[in-house]
Amino acid sequence: MTDETAADSAAWHTIVTEKLKQHDVRLVTYVPDNVLRPLIDTVHADNYFRVFATAREEEAAGIICGAYMAGMRGLMLMQTSGFATLPNVIASLACAAQIPLVMMVSERGTLGEFNLGQAMVARTMRPLLDSLGVEHHTISRLDETDFIVERAIGQAFATQAPVCLILSPLLTGGKVLKGKSNG
Amino acid sequence: MADGTNTTPMNRFDLTSRLIGKLKQEEAVIGGIGNSNFDLWSTGQRPQNFYMLGSMGLAAPIAFGVALAQPGRRVFALEGDGSLLMQLGCLSTIAAQAPKNLTVIVWDNGVYQITGSQPTPAAHAGADIVGIARASGLKQSEWASDEAEFEQLVDRSLTEDGPWLIGVRIEDVPAVSQTERDPVQIRRRFMEGMGSR
Repeated sequence: MTDETAADSAAWHTIVTEKLKQHDVRLVTYVPDNVLRPLIDTVHADNYFRVFATAREEEAAGIICGAYMAGMRGLMLMQTSGFATLPNVIASLACAAQIPLVMMVSERGTLGEFNLGQAMVARTMRPLLDSLGVEHHTISRLDETDFIVERAIGQAFATQAPVCLILSPLLTGGKVLKGKSNG
Repeated sequence: MADGTNTTPMNRFDLTSRLIGKLKQEEAVIGGIGNSNFDLWSTGQRPQNFYMLGSMGLAAPIAFGVALAQPGRRVFALEGDGSLLMQLGCLSTIAAQAPKNLTVIVWDNGVYQITGSQPTPAAHAGADIVGIARASGLKQSEWASDEAEFEQLVDRSLTEDGPWLIGVRIEDVPAVSQTERDPVQIRRRFMEGMGSR
């Protein structure tokens, strides 16, 4: 095994992909995000998955909930600002009907954010999840990724409850402004 | 060909009943928020019906998800014009994935009937819902000019590859009765109807 392969096999997106397969999660939708790109590229390249972009996060939640009710498990990928468009759908569809909507969010707005809009909207994410009683976990360490993703997705399907996995910049590197000081 | 302006306003419950009467293969039907699902409920509670009690605008995406999971089953979304207006992007998402087994039926009365029949911005602007769908990439989008043409379009959508969108001008008449508001029971019955639990 080359060093590059070894590094790739330990990457967060490789672990997530393995856990999705373990839980028979075959449908992946996304609203594009640069930090999520390695995961999007990995699942796109793997025929196990049905993968496509949606125009907006709300419709993705509808698609994932519909697919679940007809027997296909799914995951929706988005960034923090996209999550902020979702509370009505999470509350009135996933929570009300008890549907295991599995969400994965690339966290913006913290640990080096350069866009005040992102920093502001990020503050709504965890209070919103808490107020809806939606289970959420922040993944910040590579060595915890396997355990958290496996257990959280398993619990969502076992208990018919939505779950949100938040990918911290500590795990992914996040997004920083290039070529300038953030001063 | 009907363009939506020369159509006779029809009755949603009557058309929903005509649709349901044609479903012999346990086809799935997703009723959008408000009168769309109320009239679906009023036709009788098939286990293959899902009634949306929230998440306005998501009848087509939910139906698309069902269609993805079960490509061998035909799936219908019943959505209001005001609801669809909230989520026009989903038309391109569906067009891009081109599910052969999906039909979106849009009940177009030009108003938010359930909140007091305020006109929609699209109605004010003279927007054409079927034209929007075609321009979004859903090439098989048609207005039904009367009940007979509606039935013909439903027949085509049951036998020919989709995705389809059928626009129907309806009158401003409330639903016949209202859905029992128990979302967990609705979801469980629907999953039994889909054979997924």
